[in-house]
Amino acid sequence: MGLDIRKPIGLLFVILGLTLAVYGLTDAKNGRNINLTWGCVMTAVGGAFLLWSQKGASRSSSQ
Amino acid sequence: MPRIELAPVDYLILLIYTAFVIGIGYALKRYMKSSEDFFLSGRALPAWVTGLAFLSANLGAQEMMGMAASGAKYGIATAHFYWVGAVPAMVFVGVFMMPFYYGSRARSVPEYLKLRFDEKTRGFNALSFAAMTVFSSGISLYAMGLLMTVLLGWDFNACILICAVIVLVYITFGGLTSAIYNEVLQFFLIVAGFLPLALLGLENVGGWNGLTARLATVSSERGFAPGAFTQLWGTMGEASTNPLGVEWFGTLMGLGFVLSFGYWCTDFLVVQRAMAADSMLAARRTPLIAAVPKMIFPFLVILPGMIAIALTQTSGPGGFALPAKPDGTLNYDMTIPMMLGHYFPSGMLGLGLTALMASFMSGMAGNVTAFNSVWTYDIYQAYIRPKESDAHYLWMGRVATVGGIGASVAAAYLATQFNNIMDFLQLVFAFVNAPLFATFLLGMFWKRATGHGAFFGLVSGTAAAALHHGLSLPAGSAAGIKGGWLGAITTYPSEMAQNFWTAIYAWTFCFVITILVSLATRAPREDDLRGLVYSLTEKQSDAGLSWYQKPATLGLLILAAVAALNFIFW
Repeated sequence: MGLDIRKPIGLLFVILGLTLAVYGLTDAKNGRNINLTWGCVMTAVGGAFLLWSQKGASRSSSQ
Repeated sequence: MPRIELAPVDYLILLIYTAFVIGIGYALKRYMKSSEDFFLSGRALPAWVTGLAFLSANLGAQEMMGMAASGAKYGIATAHFYWVGAVPAMVFVGVFMMPFYYGSRARSVPEYLKLRFDEKTRGFNALSFAAMTVFSSGISLYAMGLLMTVLLGWDFNACILICAVIVLVYITFGGLTSAIYNEVLQFFLIVAGFLPLALLGLENVGGWNGLTARLATVSSERGFAPGAFTQLWGTMGEASTNPLGVEWFGTLMGLGFVLSFGYWCTDFLVVQRAMAADSMLAARRTPLIAAVPKMIFPFLVILPGMIAIALTQTSGPGGFALPAKPDGTLNYDMTIPMMLGHYFPSGMLGLGLTALMASFMSGMAGNVTAFNSVWTYDIYQAYIRPKESDAHYLWMGRVATVGGIGASVAAAYLATQFNNIMDFLQLVFAFVNAPLFATFLLGMFWKRATGHGAFFGLVSGTAAAALHHGLSLPAGSAAGIKGGWLGAITTYPSEMAQNFWTAIYAWTFCFVITILVSLATRAPREDDLRGLVYSLTEKQSDAGLSWYQKPATLGLLILAAVAALNFIFW
């Protein structure tokens, strides 16, 4: 149906992850910097989605 | 009730998510060329997308907030709604029923009823389903508006209108595809928002062993055995020995068979997602793919509820505590918001609230897309304007989306004025839904079932549900909306037990009456039933597929996994 949903999912996760991570690097309920930790996790997941969508696109264009 | 203060970064996360949701709808607008594109995604979506949407359409606010609240109230027994009350039915619909839904090329569940039975059975189902989806959507909208007002101090009217407009825009642009794509997006966002909550909470109470020890205290204080909050079946011997207040047979038969199969196997809201798949195999695998995360969701949703009650009862003054209602009882519905506020700092709080908003929106969008299909195909095309062009029905689909959202907003405001009316309407819909699975089971697997049998079976099942409700009461309740309005001749230990047994009576009456009336009326012609009934349909050949691709093998693996979960938490 035209749009590959993996791209928007990947992009959203990268943007939200980077937002959290950057915010985590700036401001003072286990005392860990969870914004930085979870922001990095979300960015990695988003990147994986973008790679997956690129792999799918190159496979369909080569067929 | 403590207010949650949001920082600018939290609002930024909410805005980014909203922009993506509308952007997906806008990007899909140019692909909506026919009514099949709009209502059925052109039957062109891969199984992993329809599978996650199949699950996500059910992740409305009532699910996320309600199951966490039940986790706090009943403990791990709430997982029965997943491991007994969902997964087996999802396997059944994928392996056995999807060939008829998808293979018949019916565009909706009511249309399948017309093909298999007759017009009056379709009409009964279409009208009750259309009304039910609008009210469900309205209740979801009302719950969201109320939550945001209480929690964040936002204006109730603004909350309802903004949320309704966002859903309206992305559904009107991209139809079912937009709803499904956003449901997939929302699924991942819900996991991203709730997983850290469960992990932080579990770490805070000292892991599973620490949680078990704390919940043993909670169980003992309430007069149950120490393991009642952490055992699935160990305390289900009698209704009085477990927090649910239901015995094992009522749980297995009422929840595990009648209610769960009635919902997952016949509700067009979820079946529509599978109908959008790009092949018969993808349609059959859709519910099976959905069953895998469904199995894991209790750890994401119920676990925070269990942690919340453990902390409330064992933290002492100054620690985490669920708020109390005016009557002094705990307000379990605030479990998730209170946990988000307790564990998440700014930033993560925005993510958690966005996940909550996503669940509200996916539930509402699911209802609206199911409504606009049933309205257009099964009411408008069937009874009002039967011979119009495809472009006309595409236009009507968009009009029905606007109408459905408008009716949802009206239902939300109705709920603010007359809460009892909404309770009453939900009760009526429960009566209508309970017998449905008997009709489908006989329709798909017994070629002798007739249209008259199906219709009178449904009507008598609904009447039996109402009669049973009128003659029974949960312990400690007054006659009225809770039952007993015909004079209570039996009392159940809990409202849940009464609901389960109401469903059992409704299903049994429908099953028996359908058979009796069918045998007394003329059998349908076999030629008319090909592709609609098991014995008259060519079996799906899975030859050439790898073992892990075969729906039957996948189904067996899923059932083995869910049996293992039941055994581990026995």
